[in-house]
Amino acid sequence: MAEITPVLSMKNIGKAFSGNQVLQDVSLDIMPGEIYALCGENGAGKSTLMNILFGMPVISSTGGYTGKVLIDGKEVQIKKPQEAIAYGIGMVHQEFMLIPGFTVGENIKLNREPLKNGALSRVFGKQLRNVDFEQIEKDAEASLDRLGVELDPHADVETLPVGYMQFVEIARELDKSNVKLLILDEPTAVLAESEAEIVLDIIKRLSKLGIAVLLITHRIGEIMYVADTVTILRDGLNVKTMKIADTTAGEIAELMVGRELVAVKQRDRDESENKEIAVSIKNLRVDMPGERVSGINLDVYKGEILGIGGLAGQGKLGVANGIMGIYPTFGEITVFGKPLKLNSPKSSIGAKFAFVSEDRKQQGFAPDLSIEMNMVIPAMVNHDEFFRKFGPFHQIDKKKVEETAKKYIEEFQIRCTGPKQEVKSLSGGNQQKVCIAKAILLQPDVLLVSEPTRGIDIGAKSIVLETISRINEETGVTILFTSSELGELRQVCDRIAIVSGGKVADILPPDATNEEFGLAMGGK
Amino acid sequence: METVKKRMHQLGLPRIIIIAFIILIFIGAFLQGQDMKQLVSDSLVRFGMNLIFALAMMPAILSGIGLNMGLAIGIVCGLFGGLVSIEMGLTSWVGIACASLIALVIGSAVGVLYGRILNGVKGSEMLIGNYLGYAVVYLLCMFWFIAPFKNPAIIWPMGGDGVRSTVTLSGYYEHVLNNFLSFQIGGVTIPTGLFLFVFGICWIIRIFCKSKVGVTLQAAGDNPEYANSSGIHVNRCRIIGASLSTALGALGIVVYAQSYGFYSMYEAPLTMSFTPMAAVLLGGATMKKVSVWHAIIGTLLFQTMLTAALPVANMLLPDGNLSEVFRIIVSNGIILYALSQAGGER
Amino acid sequence: MGKNGKVRGFLGKNIVPLLFACFCAVGVYYSGTGIPTILSDLVNRFDRNALLVLSLILPVISGMGLNFGIVLGAMSGQVGLILVSIWKIQGLPAILIAMLIAMVVASFCGFLAGKMLNQTKGQEMITSMILGFFANGIYQFIFLFIAGGVIKFSSDLLLSSGIGIKNTIALDSMQYALDDIKIFGVSTKVDLFTAMMFFGALFLLYYLFRVLVKKNREKKYRIRLGISAALIVAGAVGYNLPALVMYKMMVRVPIPTYLVIIGVCILIQAFMKTKLGQDMRAVGHDRKVAASAGIRVDKVRIQAIILSTVIAALGQIIFYQNLGTMDTYYGHEKVGTYCVAAILIGGASVQKATIGQAILGTLLFHLLFNVSPLAAQNMFSNSMVGGYFRMVACYGIIAVALILHAWRSRVDRKKKSEEV
Repeated sequence: MAEITPVLSMKNIGKAFSGNQVLQDVSLDIMPGEIYALCGENGAGKSTLMNILFGMPVISSTGGYTGKVLIDGKEVQIKKPQEAIAYGIGMVHQEFMLIPGFTVGENIKLNREPLKNGALSRVFGKQLRNVDFEQIEKDAEASLDRLGVELDPHADVETLPVGYMQFVEIARELDKSNVKLLILDEPTAVLAESEAEIVLDIIKRLSKLGIAVLLITHRIGEIMYVADTVTILRDGLNVKTMKIADTTAGEIAELMVGRELVAVKQRDRDESENKEIAVSIKNLRVDMPGERVSGINLDVYKGEILGIGGLAGQGKLGVANGIMGIYPTFGEITVFGKPLKLNSPKSSIGAKFAFVSEDRKQQGFAPDLSIEMNMVIPAMVNHDEFFRKFGPFHQIDKKKVEETAKKYIEEFQIRCTGPKQEVKSLSGGNQQKVCIAKAILLQPDVLLVSEPTRGIDIGAKSIVLETISRINEETGVTILFTSSELGELRQVCDRIAIVSGGKVADILPPDATNEEFGLAMGGK
Repeated sequence: METVKKRMHQLGLPRIIIIAFIILIFIGAFLQGQDMKQLVSDSLVRFGMNLIFALAMMPAILSGIGLNMGLAIGIVCGLFGGLVSIEMGLTSWVGIACASLIALVIGSAVGVLYGRILNGVKGSEMLIGNYLGYAVVYLLCMFWFIAPFKNPAIIWPMGGDGVRSTVTLSGYYEHVLNNFLSFQIGGVTIPTGLFLFVFGICWIIRIFCKSKVGVTLQAAGDNPEYANSSGIHVNRCRIIGASLSTALGALGIVVYAQSYGFYSMYEAPLTMSFTPMAAVLLGGATMKKVSVWHAIIGTLLFQTMLTAALPVANMLLPDGNLSEVFRIIVSNGIILYALSQAGGER
Repeated sequence: MGKNGKVRGFLGKNIVPLLFACFCAVGVYYSGTGIPTILSDLVNRFDRNALLVLSLILPVISGMGLNFGIVLGAMSGQVGLILVSIWKIQGLPAILIAMLIAMVVASFCGFLAGKMLNQTKGQEMITSMILGFFANGIYQFIFLFIAGGVIKFSSDLLLSSGIGIKNTIALDSMQYALDDIKIFGVSTKVDLFTAMMFFGALFLLYYLFRVLVKKNREKKYRIRLGISAALIVAGAVGYNLPALVMYKMMVRVPIPTYLVIIGVCILIQAFMKTKLGQDMRAVGHDRKVAASAGIRVDKVRIQAIILSTVIAALGQIIFYQNLGTMDTYYGHEKVGTYCVAAILIGGASVQKATIGQAILGTLLFHLLFNVSPLAAQNMFSNSMVGGYFRMVACYGIIAVALILHAWRSRVDRKKKSEEV
């Protein structure tokens, strides 16, 4: 049999962002017509790899990459996304790139409309050539036919079900001439099960047409169902490339999660069976965009640190946001036996919750106000603290505010010019410390901390993690700690609940095996 | 040199231009042999009578509504209060107190409604405030025609119904504040009462900013989502902001009129919201941040420029209304500048 | 959907025009003026304002909302008229040269305005409004002080001091220069019924062309063919009916200007079928997606504003050639507001505007403008109340439309985030 050249080979790709190695020695070869799955946790380097392939400006502006990219066996230097498209690489992004008021056909041919001369172009020149709507229809029908999808090119995209929008996106890529490799970024993430099945069938059909498909996903079930080959990335390393026929779902799960752990929390406090329940969550549903919770039951014991983990988009972030009433919430929450009024941040704070949000920029602080005001405002508003009172009139107790702020600045090593500095001029890590101080000043019974180490440097990271453990030990406050980094969850938590598909997949001890965590996260 | 550069940068381009312009005008006035003392006295009065309008922008900006382009709504409330006080035949201190009280009460009540509307249209408050303001002014124009006032000082001189286009305050409370304890220094008249009053309002606003409601308002304005997750009712804060702003606008016209000598009815309030907006922006405020000092400095600069430019321009060019043209260019220019600085969506 | 639902749907979609049609009917009834008089005035007002209102359509389609900045276009038009007056050019050539100058000035102003609006995405309407005020200041500065003051020249347009252009400029030689082009000495400003027959014949020919040559056999073309024919018949009957002699005498239709208006409508329609038009639609629907597909969003937006400003400039020249005297300093001030109110009354919104809505809106708005003072005079024995009522209606409709839009887009955004 003659040697087949791969459509795409990436050889020994490496990439560093300001000294931080995010990809190292990653290689893959995709054959014509092959379905190739690429999986890994968030931050494993999948999107960086795609950015390199598409010649995105983020890569070249940060010093380029090392290694080689070959298309059809020839080495190429891709500097712009347009060049990648010219080489026959198409990509369907996770969020839909469709114009809502346009028809299916217009969307498929968006900015690649077939043109013809008309009255205006004869007078004013080429720019005013007419769009050939009949040709659009023909082209669109042809692409949809290749996909095997029954869809009227006249239909308004807005009125289509979500799954069909995905088809339109795929049809658009197919319509671009000479597509050899189609990259699908989590194509089933927002789809219902039945729709997802159709998309997977379409993928199989594409491969029969001789088009290679690179499927980025972390749904292990899907990989097992459609893929021929799978590559698992972890921490920027090519962990393993395997033929699907030679592996199992369990193996993929273990490889995805597994890493050498620095330290797993030693559980000196024993099983929580007899402990008092601090927060009891029953059938919690939260309408948080991109992180929907669809029915969670969970008991949080007094004084423990409960970790909430899981992959992005699975709903782990929705839990804390639902408890705080940031997004529309349904279900039942009781705090130390008392029912909590839902959908009201004020009543949640009144029930002695405090929240360090994952959305630091939006929810975390008021950028133009000073460090000290950011720290004390929630306590002022909710507990009437930090005021001097003159009869019915309140005035800020400036001295007390400043003293308190100084205390926390010192304790958390916040790097700033003083308590009067505006928070927007601080670095991410220092902003996070302000947010934690703000939450602690509310003197909560239950502290909700979400992704506190996201986007901050290593030094600040360890201070933040230490602080969380320390307040838990010193004050006995119950902590609900949400994070996408399994490592840090295992480092500080007593128990870890893994959320998948908006439900609790499993509750595991920090020293459970990688395979257990991986399977829980992969939804199996 | 470096420090000069730094100072200049701190001062900001708009203020440098305006200060340079004012200096130029005063040199011009001096060369033309204008009555400089009178010019300074007039500037001071104009500053005092316009300051409250600029202060009225503060609660709106702080609570996150942005510049209150519907200030005219507050102004017509004040006009109504003023007319009622005259209708009752109240004069002097009682008259102005009664006018202010009615203005404040109606202004804050109407402001609550206005705030409710603005809560439904977050992101377009300025545009909608502007057109609501216009619509309300014209609605009131219809009302003035049929309003059942009886005092001959208010209704048209030739009898019949309806409010006349300018209602004079002489004999009621013209210059009550201006003349209170006023004195002269080197030929410059200081309107002590007016200054005491408006700086008193400044002081009250500063106190307010440090109160619980004030702090809540500022948090809600700076980042509504942060405020919400801190247990603050953002919409309620915005209603308070709109209400206070409208009430201050209403009070502002009463103070303005006692100094000006007239209530200008009908279409007069239409353009009145632009000058104070420009003034606070000139003073250094942005669409999100403002302090009492911004209002004071901005009003002082802007009003001094307008007051001094008028006689100078008239001597230069007796025909056209050069200073009015400058007012249009400067006030809209600075608002445009602020809009472009605020930056758009991507 | 039952018949009931359909009726309700129609009412819901067209509630604004219907409501204002009712206002107009009441106004016409109480004004006590004869229909021929009102119609004659309306024909003139439509002539004056149609292009200005049409100029709003492209920015709406491009997602920039209602372009209050057409004031810049109106000013450009006036610049053209002032210049040809200074140069003492007369008649139709004056109008054509003024249009040429205005188009150049308007393109430049539109370019600057577009740049500014690209800086303030999401706040385009308020920016364009303030931009209009600001430009008005500059305009006044130029023509009150620079003209004659800095740039010295002599002209009877200058004020007695020699500095600044007069407040009103008589355009005697230009009045009706376009409205009433003499073709071999024959007036083209004809009576109502002749105009009906003329336009009926024009449409008939066009639709015959579509049906017979282009083979568009759809039902709508056949209906339109019928309407055109009916128009001719109605014109012919009216022309010979003694009972309608007042209409024949009073209502004069300026055929050339109406042809220009129809021409611009056709151009806009044709433009929307071109690549650039398609790009504008894409940008209007979703800026981000359009950009990711490689459309140069900022450039397309600037082009939309330039076109809008140019059409407005032409509109302002047509406005003054009909009126005959130009208000140098206040003639353009309220153009933006009036036109926006008109198109909204026609049923347009911040996101959607069609040629039909622009035309219907112009008719309704100016009918209301015409009858409301007299109607108020008769209803309240006070004509000023009517004058103010029309201002309340004008600003009120803008405020309500903007509130509805802002409110709806918030609800939509919420719905969208819930669906994901």
